[in-house]
Parts: sequence; C-alpha cells; structure tokens
Amino acid sequence: MAKKFLMKGNEALAEAAMRNGCRFFFGYPITPQTELAAYMAKKMPKIGGTFLQAESEVAAINMVYGAAGAGARVMTSSSSPGISLKSEGISYIAAADLPCVIVNIVRGGPGLGGIQAAQSDYFQATKGGGHGDYRLLVYAPASIQELVDLTAKAFEKADEYRNPAMIMGDGMLGQMMEPVEFSEPIDLSSLPEKEWATTGTEMKRKKNIINSLYLSPEELEYLNIKRYEKYAVIKEKEPMYEEVYTEDAELIVTAYGTVSRVALSAINILREEGYKVGLIRPITLWPFPEKIFDERSKTAKKFLSVELSMGQMVEDVERCTKGRSEVHFFGRSGGMVPGKEDIVEEIKRIY
Amino acid sequence: MEVLFERPHSLSNVVNSYCPGCTHGIIHRLVAEVIDEMGIEGETIGIAPVGCSVTAYNFFEFDIQQAAHGRAPAVATGIKRVHPDKFVFTYQGDGDLAAIGTAEIVHAAARSENITVIFVNNAIYGMTGGQMAPTSLVGQVTQTTPYGRKVENQGYPLRVCELLSTVEGAAYIERVSVDSVQNIKKAKAAIRKAFECQKNKKGFSLVEVLSTCPTNWGKEPDEALEWLRENMMPHYPLGVYCDYTDKD
Repeated sequence: MAKKFLMKGNEALAEAAMRNGCRFFFGYPITPQTELAAYMAKKMPKIGGTFLQAESEVAAINMVYGAAGAGARVMTSSSSPGISLKSEGISYIAAADLPCVIVNIVRGGPGLGGIQAAQSDYFQATKGGGHGDYRLLVYAPASIQELVDLTAKAFEKADEYRNPAMIMGDGMLGQMMEPVEFSEPIDLSSLPEKEWATTGTEMKRKKNIINSLYLSPEELEYLNIKRYEKYAVIKEKEPMYEEVYTEDAELIVTAYGTVSRVALSAINILREEGYKVGLIRPITLWPFPEKIFDERSKTAKKFLSVELSMGQMVEDVERCTKGRSEVHFFGRSGGMVPGKEDIVEEIKRIY
Repeated sequence: MEVLFERPHSLSNVVNSYCPGCTHGIIHRLVAEVIDEMGIEGETIGIAPVGCSVTAYNFFEFDIQQAAHGRAPAVATGIKRVHPDKFVFTYQGDGDLAAIGTAEIVHAAARSENITVIFVNNAIYGMTGGQMAPTSLVGQVTQTTPYGRKVENQGYPLRVCELLSTVEGAAYIERVSVDSVQNIKKAKAAIRKAFECQKNKKGFSLVEVLSTCPTNWGKEPDEALEWLRENMMPHYPLGVYCDYTDKD
C-alpha cells in the first residue's frame, strides 16, 4: 500500500498536480486557496518547474493560455472573484481548444463577498462564466483523497479532449486535513506529443497557430458545431456521480462537494428512523450526470437539492427530472454551512 | 543568377489586410527579415495582439499565438517559461499595449522576461475605426475626440519608452520610425538588436515604431508620413532609452 500523508486539501491538490505532470503554475494571491500557491512556490523549483506569481488574475490566466498553447501541462488556482477576472481568458482557452486545469476554491459571493466556503459559482462554472458557447469539464471532489484523484483525472481529460478542466472545491476542502495517498509521479516523456502546440517549427513542419478569432461566420459556426460534437462525447462518456441508498428511496437528496458529507450524515440519521431517503452526489458538475436523475425520477417522489448557495444546481435537477418528481431546495449562502440537524429537519418537513 | 530581392521566408505568401499607405507592412517585413537573417524562423514563436495586426498569424510563417486584448506579454511569458531557448516576441499596437495592456507590459518588463516586444504606435485605434488612443496627441481629432484631445478631459498621451526605461528589468528600449528609408534602416537595426538581446539572454527588450494610419488620420500616405514627422516625432523623440545589452 502506498504511503499515507496527512495534508491540507490545498496542498494535496498542488502535490497531485505536480505528480501528474504539471510543471507550470501561474497564479495571483487570494484567500482561501493560498496554501496551494505557497506549496507550488516551494516545490516547483525543486522539480524543475515554474511557479510564477502574476501581476493579476487576468495576466495569470493568459500566461496559462500561452503555456498551454506551447504544449505544457499547466495550472492556475484562484477563488471566486479571481475566477470572474479569469473568465475572459477561460473563454479564449476554451475557444482555442487548449488543455489546462483551473482550480476554484469557492468563497461566498457576489462581489468581494466573504472568504468562507460556498458553492455559489455553480452557474459560472457550468453555464459559461466567460462569453460564448463553451463548456469546462468541472470536477467537484468531496474529500481530500477524491481531490487528489480528480486532479489526476482533470489533467488527463483536459489533454484527451483539448479542453480546459476546472476543479471546484471550497474553503472547507482547501483548509481541512485528511490522510491521502498519491500515485507515483508520472513520466513526462510518456505523455502523448501535442503536435498542434506552438513549440517552434524547427523547419520540419508547417506553422502552428493558436487562435480564437474567426471573422467568417460560416467558419466560426462550423468550429462551434465541431466543439459541441466534442462536448456530446464528453456528456456521453464522462459524467461521474455517487449514489447512496437510492434504490428504494422516496426522497433523494442531491448535493456535491463538502456539503454532500453533511447531507449523508443527515440521511444516515433518517434511515435509522425508517425514512426512505437516498443521496445522489454529482462528481462532475459538467457534464452533469443527467441520466441518473432521469432514471431515479421514475421512482423517487421527491428530490431535495442541498447547496451552499441560493439555489443553482437545483435548476439542473429540475431539468433532468423532467417534472416527474417534486424538486425542493435547501441552501445556506454567504459562507454559512447547514448542520446535519438542519438538513434532517428540512427533509422531515417535506418528506 | 543572383537573387537581389525576395519575400523573406518568415513572411507568408499571402496578401496582408492592411490599408494602402499603412506602415504595418514595412514593420512586418523588417521583423521577418531580421528573423530570416538570424536564421531563427524555426525557433520563433510570435504573439499577435488585438487591433489591426490581430490576424498577423496569417502573415508570418512561424508558430504564432493570438492573444486577448492587451495580454500578449502575459501569453509571451507563458510561452517563454515553457520554451526558454526559443525566440518569443509580441507585436502590439498602442491601444493594446498602452491602454488595456498597461499592467501586462509593465510587469513583463519588471520581471525582465527575456522576450522582445514590437510596439507599433500610430496614435490611434485603427481596427475599430479611429478612436482616441493612449498615445493620441493633445489636440488630435479622432472619432472619440471630435473636438480634439483635451488635457482637462482625456489627459496626456503616454510615452511608453520613457516609462518603461525607468523599470529596472528593461534591458533594451529604443524608439524608431519608418517614415523614411534612412529611418527604416535604423528601425531594422533596432529590431535586430532587440532579438540579439533576447538571444544573449539579457532580458526584456522593446522597440517602439512610430507608424502611420492614413485611413483614420484622414490623410494621403505621404501626408501621413509628414504628419508623423511634424507632430509625433517632437512628442515621441526617436532614440535609445535604455541599453544594458553589454552588461552581464
């Protein structure tokens, strides 16, 4: 068995990124992702990598664009207001079909908001954020081990699909410590060649262009359609979720990330009391695990979306249950987190 | 038979999109000639800005990335950190570099990123149809300063070379012009020096090229060159603003 480390989420994510071939990190200080950048600053030079503190979030994401276009495994991390600033660059990265990993350790918003855990960037992450027709792969880990495992997956899938991937955590996940195992560092030379990257032609091939400008509407529409064909494959192959006690559930709670753990505690209490309650925990927020909601809405009478927001994922739950089940929402926002008793009470109220 | 004149290999065999009389074509050619002469076409990665030269990726025959408005120095930083031995340069206009991209250019210089910047200053936004630029002169009539740029309202034009030469990380900064044959030769020498600066890993280099925009200035090409000489040169003096290329 691999060695176990007791680590903070932010640090574990950084370690996992480096072990999965990330050699370039560009970021700007913001709470509560601080430890991630600090860990990178300390460790990157020791493995021949680059940590660069940019002059702004805007510059950082455009450094990511450059490095990704130059063929590197590259990452940036931030928190909500910083992701807003990066959103222009994320749109360009998606439009230029560049692989990279973007971490959002979400804090309460809108505006400068607060620094406590929140999930109020769900719309931003899954429905756009920046301008234009594009999607990110969005992974929402609920434990530090899962954060580590999904970091590996994010790099792998970003490269596979030439698409930016986002890891959505929150201040709790970033700050708390749990034991984790890491896989052995990958061999960088084992990664497939990126023939499309701007590495200099060496006079051996035609020039490569990284670009998102298409002034001909025919051409731009064609490329958007091609990209949506890619998204269709992702929607088919990449949804991830966890189910607990859903087989006989009359009410299914749906929650992702750290708050799903609180929800599960509530469900365990209620199961002991005889309530037929289950959980669907989306692990990918985009692609949203649509099929399981479609399937379970045929048997479960009610759904309850528990979120650290004023109600965002609940719209996808409504969409995917197609009016077959009643869909309810229970959330706290601004950095407030419900206790298991609060969720128990809410479930009993609507059961 | 001896070839006396031909298209540089680093320029693509296409018709460019620039207006008649615009000096972008000359500047593109100078950059391409320098890259050819240094034999670095296969090792060069360019960055196109937003502005009239947004489609420069069609005109140069080496690897190139198109950047978001003003972000070319950040994109260049990302590329250069991945490929420190390749030649990385940005090609930016005045709106791109001196307005929306002010933070990126100042900090690329401060970090002494070992990149080269070709800064084309024609004192106007060309692509969008002639609005006031950060380098538009006081009194200059543009679409958004129809009564002339007024200091009380729009402030003063920014002198980029002077500003950046105060930044410790800047290794080589020169302002040139392409209004005459003599100045075109000087401009080419400056561009060559900037790429040599990068080759010798001396750090950040920038060449500002005073350029014309006959279309949006509303002038004939020859009148535009005259206007550049009479109005731009006094405000933007040509010359070397810093040169630490001989220092270790």
